[in-house]
Amino acid sequence: MIMKDTDKKRVLREMLFARRFEERCYEAYVERNIGGFLHLYPGEEACAFGVLEAAKPGHDYVITSYRDHVHAIKSGSDPKKVMAELFAKETGVSKGRGGSMHIFDVANRFMGGYALVGGPFPLAAGIAKGIQMQGGDEICICFLGDAANNQGTFHESLNMAKIWNLPVLYVCENNLYGIGTRIDRSTAVIDQYKRVSGYNIPSAQEDGQDFDKVFTAASKAIKHVRGGNGPYFLELMTYRYRGHSMSDSNAYRAKTEERMWSDRDPVIMLRDRLIVSGALTLDEYKEMDTAILDEIEDEVIRYATESSEPPVSEVERFVLADNDPWVKGGVK
Amino acid sequence: MADIMMWEAIMRAHDEEMANDPMVIAMGEDIGVVGGTYKATTGLYDKYGEQRVIDTPISENGYTGLGIGASFLGVRPIIEIMSVNFAWLAMDQIFNTAAKVRYMSGGQLQAPVVIRSPGGTAHQLGSQHSARMEKVFMGIAGLRVVTPSSPRQAYGLLKSAVRCNDPVFINEHELMYNMRGDVPEDEYFHPLEGSEITREGRDVTLFGYNISVHWCLKAAELLSKHHGIEAEVVDLFTLSPLDREGIRNSVSKTHRAVIVEEAEPAVGVGAEVMAVINEECFFELDAAPMRVSALNVPIPYNHAMEKAALPDENNVVEAVRNMFGV
Repeated sequence: MIMKDTDKKRVLREMLFARRFEERCYEAYVERNIGGFLHLYPGEEACAFGVLEAAKPGHDYVITSYRDHVHAIKSGSDPKKVMAELFAKETGVSKGRGGSMHIFDVANRFMGGYALVGGPFPLAAGIAKGIQMQGGDEICICFLGDAANNQGTFHESLNMAKIWNLPVLYVCENNLYGIGTRIDRSTAVIDQYKRVSGYNIPSAQEDGQDFDKVFTAASKAIKHVRGGNGPYFLELMTYRYRGHSMSDSNAYRAKTEERMWSDRDPVIMLRDRLIVSGALTLDEYKEMDTAILDEIEDEVIRYATESSEPPVSEVERFVLADNDPWVKGGVK
Repeated sequence: MADIMMWEAIMRAHDEEMANDPMVIAMGEDIGVVGGTYKATTGLYDKYGEQRVIDTPISENGYTGLGIGASFLGVRPIIEIMSVNFAWLAMDQIFNTAAKVRYMSGGQLQAPVVIRSPGGTAHQLGSQHSARMEKVFMGIAGLRVVTPSSPRQAYGLLKSAVRCNDPVFINEHELMYNMRGDVPEDEYFHPLEGSEITREGRDVTLFGYNISVHWCLKAAELLSKHHGIEAEVVDLFTLSPLDREGIRNSVSKTHRAVIVEEAEPAVGVGAEVMAVINEECFFELDAAPMRVSALNVPIPYNHAMEKAALPDENNVVEAVRNMFGV
């Protein structure tokens, strides 16, 4: 599948927006407007954008881990409502009950961020089972990090997805660290796509910094899954610029290693490619960036700041269903 | 009324609910071709096919999570976990996902799964096949826990659980699948909340659930016959949310309470019911409540030691006699 430069310019803007959004989250955390744990995405943008650009966001189901803001936004969530969730407001996507690690936007088929490493593997297979029963052409896309593959759910879910031919695409964002432990110190096989061969599931490994390469690899993967051929596993080699979460001092990585990755920044790589092809000028990019920063400040942060917190009187709501008639039973 | 065994009652509930709604599925280890370790899914595989009656791999956390994920899209899975001991392996998905997803999504998602599993101790199955875990499940916000003591309850609770929009854990018992009892011929939906007075009495309330209801009933007969004590037996078929009103009403009538549980005493049903009594009707009491529980040991293989580790009707009689000083 070939993508036009005009579309790539749109994607570049979206990726830059995601970068600035996450950087602004960092500031808001320092300002104490965001609490709890906060896991940021800068450095890995080409993964979410490359895959979801090849998918049908809002139609296909997406599920992921706690590093979830950008996946939700690319799935169709209003960034204002994502930021409002981080600010613990009633107008947040999860009504202020979820927080950074639990962004949910079911109307856009973003089925949530989950905080147990590896937890979404079987949930994604289950969503795919639901799709299969409904008979639609949707697929489920599950984004998780490399370290999740050391959980039993990885193996259990791949096995079930294969034997039941479920329409699920597992995307491994391999950022080389499980919290602060480097992959070669925690994992017997470094190349994650090789681990999947034990389940007879097709897989591929791609450069997760290069939007075009991710898009091409994801298009192939999605065609496979949507075509009724069962699960697929796509490994994307990437890197997160910040620590695992805000409480991570990030002291365990060499500066030379960090520089090697930031020299291949996914946003800058896409930008430069568009400049070389003549579709974009540096001035245009700068204007784009300024407009994004203004939008985030004037609209996103303002909305999150001005929104109300959920009423504390509702703290016991949503534990169970409201007034479920079957609770009372009865003879039919 | 039909006089049928508990496994037949559970199978009938499956069959009716699967016939009623094409999104109802059954899944678990050996439930399809084999028909279930306790026969509770007999015949369903042939009738509804392998897409809806799913023999799972032995991956408890995996298939439980898969069922939960499917329930997000409106599928209504009835998940059988072959033994409650294995449900420990699925606790991550039950506890971290099913019980919390409605809350943490601000009400956008729900996980209407039913998880059925035999708890309780059978005969000489050893430490790792004899767990009683109801105390663990009933402590989880966002999860309903029910436990049938009869084929009628097993049938009606499962039917309501399938239709209910909350995750429901049904705590069954390995020794009770062949128990016979009357089940209505017509479709019947048992309430998922409440308790039932199984035997009326005036002198003391015996609170039981699942198998311990039967110990209570036997003990009540012995107490009546030998000591002239008329015990009321209250069946706590709902462990979460506990029927605080039912507990209060019976204790306010008899002024004495003995809670009978098959599990170890610590952090258990007895402790919880005592807390409810303390909080809601302490001044109705004529005597300190007592509990009859298992010993705090892993269940031994040796049959005499196993019997010693578990309570029965004789322990209930003894507790009541101590309470009355007779």
